[in-house]
Amino acid sequence: MRYLPHTAEDRRAMLQVIGVDKVDDLFVDVPRSAVLDDLVDLPHHAGELAVDRALTAMAGKNTPAGSVPFFVGAGAYRHHVPAAVDHLIQRSEFLTAYTPYQPEISQGTLQVLFEFQTQVALLTGMEVANASMYDGATACAEAVLMANRVTRRRRAVLSGGLHPQYRSVVETQSKFLDGEIVAGAPDAQGDEDLASLIDDETACVVVQNPTFFGHLRDLRDLAATCHAKGALLVVAVGEAVSLGAVTPPGAMGADIVVAEGQSLGNALNFGGPYLGLFAAREKFVRQMPGRLCGETVDIEGRRGYVLTLSTREQHIRREKSTSNICTNSGLCSLAFTIHLSLLGEDGFKHLAALNHARACETAERLAAIPGVEVLNESFFNEFTVRLSKPAAEVVDGLATKGVLAGVPVSRLLPGAGLDDLMLVATTETTEAEDIAALGEALEGVLS
Amino acid sequence: MSDVRFTKDHEWIRVEGDTATVGISEYAQEQLGDVVFVELPTVGADVEAGGDAAVVESVKAASEVYAPIAGKIVEVNDDLEATPGLVNESAEDEGWFWRMEISDTDELEELMSAGDYKAFLEGLD
Repeated sequence: MRYLPHTAEDRRAMLQVIGVDKVDDLFVDVPRSAVLDDLVDLPHHAGELAVDRALTAMAGKNTPAGSVPFFVGAGAYRHHVPAAVDHLIQRSEFLTAYTPYQPEISQGTLQVLFEFQTQVALLTGMEVANASMYDGATACAEAVLMANRVTRRRRAVLSGGLHPQYRSVVETQSKFLDGEIVAGAPDAQGDEDLASLIDDETACVVVQNPTFFGHLRDLRDLAATCHAKGALLVVAVGEAVSLGAVTPPGAMGADIVVAEGQSLGNALNFGGPYLGLFAAREKFVRQMPGRLCGETVDIEGRRGYVLTLSTREQHIRREKSTSNICTNSGLCSLAFTIHLSLLGEDGFKHLAALNHARACETAERLAAIPGVEVLNESFFNEFTVRLSKPAAEVVDGLATKGVLAGVPVSRLLPGAGLDDLMLVATTETTEAEDIAALGEALEGVLS
Repeated sequence: MSDVRFTKDHEWIRVEGDTATVGISEYAQEQLGDVVFVELPTVGADVEAGGDAAVVESVKAASEVYAPIAGKIVEVNDDLEATPGLVNESAEDEGWFWRMEISDTDELEELMSAGDYKAFLEGLD
């Protein structure tokens, strides 16, 4: 039995109104390479026990991050999430409440959003933050669109240190909204100079800190250059934990800060759902995308929370809204806020210091191996190494030995001539024996 | 105020020589309620007759403000940024939105006089 409410006659009538012959005509914009020609060959139904056995056997083919020495990062980081986080987010008051559509009766949900925004503003060094976006990449694309609105220009300059997937999402969004993109070449060495690309038509410059390759940058000169040309500086942060150790973008002159917040409260989750952080200068608040929660007082002077400045949003402004997002990553932002609250300011700084210390130990160990060169002069918890053999082969070889050594740059930047580069990430979950195992395995495969 | 003309979208325009001042009508501000924000055009921008030029936001709604005629924006009322309530207090005077150069005076002829606008409003009720 198929659970489709529409009859063939219903569908014909609807297609006729729309003016297409068949449902597939509605999907012509999907790239050919992403379309399945036939249905996936799934087995027939089976008993629960049989299904459980089959799926367990399939899952057994995975190498879970926690089961081996693990140095994979590149925008998604394995951290220890306290058990209390998972317990608290599963309280039904939180778990079942989606983005509030009749918000003011959900004071608890709104209070969490307000606390979340406060945390994001403090971490990024900015004045206002929204109630979250889908992930770091979509938040980055929204920042570019916002900069176009603020400056009434349409050209974005993207750093070669920006995560290639962030760049890809920015390009896709801009393509359909009359935006123009100027992208720097991949900046593996961390020494790019974007100043020559910035002119009077530049809406914004987008840089990542630490960069995709792990380099830390002092952005103050770049911010001054941007502002002298009337452009905004957008800073993307791929690893939120870095904000516990690195000068916040707001203190270096950023106008908009976006970040991937997965590291706090959220597991790797096979790549999603993740959590986009979005913060800006208060003077640009009217041009911000997404939901904003504000604190106020009721008629009796008692503290209360409201969704505010909603006239920016799609359900009121329709096509004139600042964004087509009409929601937030509610549960992921809740997990973020609980995790950060459990850590506290000191705990968060300690966590960041621990991440960095593990990376230092790992870089030191790897630099001692013939055939390995650490490219970074500075880094937080991830850095780039140049190997004497193609990185993709090395990573595959080490995986068969039970070590997940990192991400070959060629996987995210194919054809860029960076086949010998590998990103190596550590977190507080990295142990001394993991580092030893990586060093030994790498020595074996490179000798 | 006989030199003031009105649009069906409730903007007013007052001609003073080569330039004209534009705002929203007393009726419009009453309908909107408390104005909390005004987004003004950029000085130097060219606007078309009937094209979007500004946004006025009240506690109830956000609305576009259209240019009654074509021309170039030469000045905007910066006071509205800090005091958007001026639109409520003095819609047709201190709550003006922008001043513009007039491209084509003929376009003014297509707008309503104060008397016509009053009749138009009566027809709305």
